[in-house]
Amino acid sequence: MVCDVSGSRNPLPAADLARTVVFAAFIAVLGIFPGVYVGGSGVPIVLQNAGPLLAGAVLGARRGAASVVLLLALTAIGLPLLSGGRAGIAPFVGPSGGFLLGWILSALVVGLIVERAKRPRLPVLLAATAAGLAADYLIGVPFLGLYTGDLPAAATQSLVFLPGDAAKVVAASLIAAVLHRALPGRLAGSAKRAP
Amino acid sequence: MTPGGWYEPGSSPLHRAPAGGKFAALLVLAAAVFALRSPAWLGAICAAVVLAYGVARVPLRRCAGVARSLAVLAAFVFVLQWWLLGAGQALVVCLRVVAALAAANLFTITTRIDDVVSAVEGGLAPLRRFGVRPDRIGLLVGLTLRAVAALSAIAAEVREAARARGAQRSVTAFAVPFLVRTLRHADELGEALAARGEGDG
Amino acid sequence: MIEFEDVGHSYGERVVLTGVDLRLAERRVAFVGANGSGKSTLARMINGLVAPTSGRVLVDGLDPSRQGREVRRRVGFVFTNPDSQIVMPTAGEDVAFSLRRAGLPRRERAERAAALLAEYGLGGYADHPAHQLSGGQKQVLALCAVLALDPAVLVCDEPTTLLDLRNKRRFVELLGGLEQQVVLVTHDLDLLGGFDRVVVIDGGRVVADDEPEPALRHYRALVT
Repeated sequence: MVCDVSGSRNPLPAADLARTVVFAAFIAVLGIFPGVYVGGSGVPIVLQNAGPLLAGAVLGARRGAASVVLLLALTAIGLPLLSGGRAGIAPFVGPSGGFLLGWILSALVVGLIVERAKRPRLPVLLAATAAGLAADYLIGVPFLGLYTGDLPAAATQSLVFLPGDAAKVVAASLIAAVLHRALPGRLAGSAKRAP
Repeated sequence: MTPGGWYEPGSSPLHRAPAGGKFAALLVLAAAVFALRSPAWLGAICAAVVLAYGVARVPLRRCAGVARSLAVLAAFVFVLQWWLLGAGQALVVCLRVVAALAAANLFTITTRIDDVVSAVEGGLAPLRRFGVRPDRIGLLVGLTLRAVAALSAIAAEVREAARARGAQRSVTAFAVPFLVRTLRHADELGEALAARGEGDG
Repeated sequence: MIEFEDVGHSYGERVVLTGVDLRLAERRVAFVGANGSGKSTLARMINGLVAPTSGRVLVDGLDPSRQGREVRRRVGFVFTNPDSQIVMPTAGEDVAFSLRRAGLPRRERAERAAALLAEYGLGGYADHPAHQLSGGQKQVLALCAVLALDPAVLVCDEPTTLLDLRNKRRFVELLGGLEQQVVLVTHDLDLLGGFDRVVVIDGGRVVADDEPEPALRHYRALVT
């Protein structure tokens, strides 16, 4: 019954608020629920940093970025929403704080690319999420460089995380592709909302 | 998932200090940590932060938790920096990490989320004329915590279903239904909020 | 008084409602119909969650799609799934959320919320995490939060679908005791004992509109 009416051209501002809040919570829950297996590997990985990519790919640039901002703001004031129950200012002032702040740009970039595609399919989504990851590194690596006082060294050591992050780019694209097929016209990019 | 988060109740001077002041002090400390390059000065700051844990009478159990996570991180950072930049620079980076993170954690341990919310609301009040609604922060905290609880229940159900189909190792078998139900939850929540007058100004 | 004047609604090509003319003044009104009949959409129009694409709706002379704010103060809405209707982490905070515009200090809001919860059998649950309540308790909480604003009309969209028999009975008893005008959307025909009027909707049209017994006879003939 609810499916009949929900989602379809709901002009109410409350719907916007709800999507932002629920997606912030979605990214938090990705951190609480560990153990998603990617590509048949035996090691479960935490999908949380695929969350901002998904936020951009599903909600679009504006609302995707808004949900990430909300998540980070609530983390900063002390809610343990990051994986491992991390909370407060500490995650932001730590060496990888830039990668957290980079999530905002990440969601924005993914959203902007996906919104421009008429029907977001896997290649577009792969390109978009890869660009989103690059945007994250664009903020994260210089921040780390500030810590170590040496930018090239920061870049080198960030390479450690690249394989895992690449796997998450693939995972996020696959998930978003299936979702866009399952819910045509409901997500970012796949249909322009009526003015 | 406790709404209380990391807060550790207490009555020390640090607990009683206003959240805004503590936050400003934290920012000053973080700036100093980034500006300083001398291991002696950075070491002194680390020692001062450790002393502050004593003043705040943070239970040993919590201290041990913070120390453990910091030790793991510091060891990782030290080895990497030693290899890339040499021992001297590695020590500086490690001291920065320890000072900044320990101080930030102390802030979170000694400050109730309600007080942080009030402080942020107060701090952002001048932005009111630009359309920022600081009074909504408490509302956003509540809405998000509730959504985390609701989505956790959904995630558990979806995982059960995936397991029942023998598909617990497939990332899409978990994430896709989870996301579909997440979006449905968002739609229903949007209707519920609208029905309760949210967005009516 | 709730009035529908030649109301129609369609999502793109798909017509959900056509030519609905109703004047509802009775204290207990039910919308009955199969899944997809359009009854939920019709109910949502009463407080402006859905705007008709043709015709108009009036609640005490106010148009919900234009004067949504005033209408929503007068019309409370209880949804099927309390899990998405409860928006705050604890029972007390959720009821207090309804009172957020009442101009009361925080403590007074909390006290009022606790008193209201006690009145509906949830005394002592104010600081209880909402997700730990039972299904029946959650739906009572959802009702409580809506009643906090003392609406004149209560619209309930299949509020008992997710409840077991005992909780269903309890919820219906609660509804029966309210002084509000109640519009209940349901396909649970056992609930309609004390109702004044039953509107049967099928394929987006009103096909019967009568006292419960004849209306339900018509509905049963329709579905068998």
